[in-house]
Amino acid sequence: MTDASQIAVDVRDAVKRYGDFTALQKISLSIRDNEFFTLLGPSGCGKTTLLRMIAGFEDVSEGGIFLYGEEIENLPPHQRPVNTVFQNYALFPHMTILDNVGFGLEMRGASKSEARRRAGEMLDLVQLSQFASRKPAQLSGGQQQRVALARALAPSPKVLLLDEPLSALDLKLRKAMQIELKHIQRETGITFIFVTHDQEEALTMSDRIAVMSAGRMQQLGAPQDIYEAPRNMFVADFIGETNLLEVSVDAIEAGRATCHLGGGHELTCNAVDEVKRGARVHMSIRPERLFLSEHPTESESLKGTIVENIFIGTDITTIIDLAEGPNFTVRTSNSDRGTKRIFEPGAQAYVNMEHGAARLLVD
Amino acid sequence: MSAKTDVKTFFGFKGITLLCLVILYAPLIVVTLYSFNASKSITVWEGLSFHWYLDVFVGPESAKFKQAALNSFVIAIVAATLSTAIATAAATAIVRGGKFRLRTASLGLISLPLMVPEIVTAVATLIFFNSIGFTRGFLTILVAHTAFCIPFAYLPIQARMQGIEDTYEQAAMDLYATKTQAFRRVLLPLMMPGIVSGFLLAFIVSLDDFIITNFVKGAGVETLPTAIFGSVKQGLKPNIMAISTMLLAVSIMMVTISYFVSKSDNTK
Repeated sequence: MTDASQIAVDVRDAVKRYGDFTALQKISLSIRDNEFFTLLGPSGCGKTTLLRMIAGFEDVSEGGIFLYGEEIENLPPHQRPVNTVFQNYALFPHMTILDNVGFGLEMRGASKSEARRRAGEMLDLVQLSQFASRKPAQLSGGQQQRVALARALAPSPKVLLLDEPLSALDLKLRKAMQIELKHIQRETGITFIFVTHDQEEALTMSDRIAVMSAGRMQQLGAPQDIYEAPRNMFVADFIGETNLLEVSVDAIEAGRATCHLGGGHELTCNAVDEVKRGARVHMSIRPERLFLSEHPTESESLKGTIVENIFIGTDITTIIDLAEGPNFTVRTSNSDRGTKRIFEPGAQAYVNMEHGAARLLVD
Repeated sequence: MSAKTDVKTFFGFKGITLLCLVILYAPLIVVTLYSFNASKSITVWEGLSFHWYLDVFVGPESAKFKQAALNSFVIAIVAATLSTAIATAAATAIVRGGKFRLRTASLGLISLPLMVPEIVTAVATLIFFNSIGFTRGFLTILVAHTAFCIPFAYLPIQARMQGIEDTYEQAAMDLYATKTQAFRRVLLPLMMPGIVSGFLLAFIVSLDDFIITNFVKGAGVETLPTAIFGSVKQGLKPNIMAISTMLLAVSIMMVTISYFVSKSDNTK
């Protein structure tokens, strides 16, 4: 067993340039052994480029990549003990499922019979043994996805790279695969590096998430940290829904900041180290941490006019136009309907923040 | 498709279609039918007979035709094999070589011979052989055929290759295959339908080439087309029709094989 605190993949100041365009700007991150690590960001943020650099399909313009302490950025893909699950699966169409799964083992020098035996075991793991002699085209998208997973896992890579492998599946199947992937990761103990643009997927599966945008890493942390304590505007906006208020910071004391809005209304919220007194920054608060009331519950309550209510199944989303700011989104869980009032459009109401839910963002 | 734009509703559609079909196929049908004619005449039908086919194999000109047929097939097989190998390498370089300088130029140069009038190529090839002092004979035909078959072999291979995503090779290399292993185990099998089509096309083009062959062949070396031409100059006999019909059958066979091979798309 390897030490749980050991670093599986260490990316040090990695830069990727295509001509004049810089796709990755000095990325540094350490991915731990046995971790489900997600690179999350919108398309074009550089997450797939970083994954392909670890796999060996893109060379590194500057910096280094280390795999369990060994420098690998100059090794060709076939000499790196990492395997990839491709977005389009890239199953070899002319080979059977069994030969597809056994391919990596065979290339590593296993005998044909040994490769087949181990491939059979991997197919058992993803419950596709009955399809061993079929060709990839005869399988559904979800089955192909699992074959791609089995093929990449068969040679027991040190790190498994997954490039948006669930994006082609429908919602139900995707949800099921998310759980299965997490399960397989725990069972095999292999470090997974997962690339996705789907924040919900990232939050569901990951031990840690690196949020990326425009070739830079915006925030690195556990799903809960990223969601509850987004560092900057981009993260707050990209992960989940949020409300933003522009504020001036008047005072900072014991981790709490006192701020005021343009109209002078005073608010307190969680401070962050990078934001100093006197700064004009944004404050972020999640819609589910707000509640509405007919009368102000405290001095910080913000007055507004209800614009509309949107029923979204488990919740009701209320849009309210603040007298001293932009529109706010307030989410009320349907299970709270007994205790929380729903206001009709046009009605006056007050928006109240849960204590400690609002925080300042680094711009 | 709406009825208004359906080409079948255009005035004279049926007539023109029929006319085209007749012009294209009537001569072939006539030749095929009259190759089974019992008469010595090439225009008067006197009943069904395999006489002229027999004549091709055992008649007075049979030795000449047998030698010519042997030459034709040997040249076609060797030239098609060589040109397909070269075309496969070229397609791999051009489609998979990334963006190298002169890539567009290479692509143009390799398909340009298809647009050059054959007589120009024939004269140029002849001048080339003369200037390097290459004595005309069997070998000159073989070299010339290999060269002009390359673009014919190249086109289906390139078309096939463009349909193969490069993630297959990446997946192979990701799974510990070297570049050579990825090519042999993954890319080559996927390219195979294109390669077979290219080979068959090159084979047919070589088999029925007349102009270039006639220029570069040495005295006494004949291929089927030049032998047929030589024989026709001394008067058209029905045995020529029999040979032509057999050549036609070979062509149809090749085209049919090529069709079925290209239809068996193993990437789907």
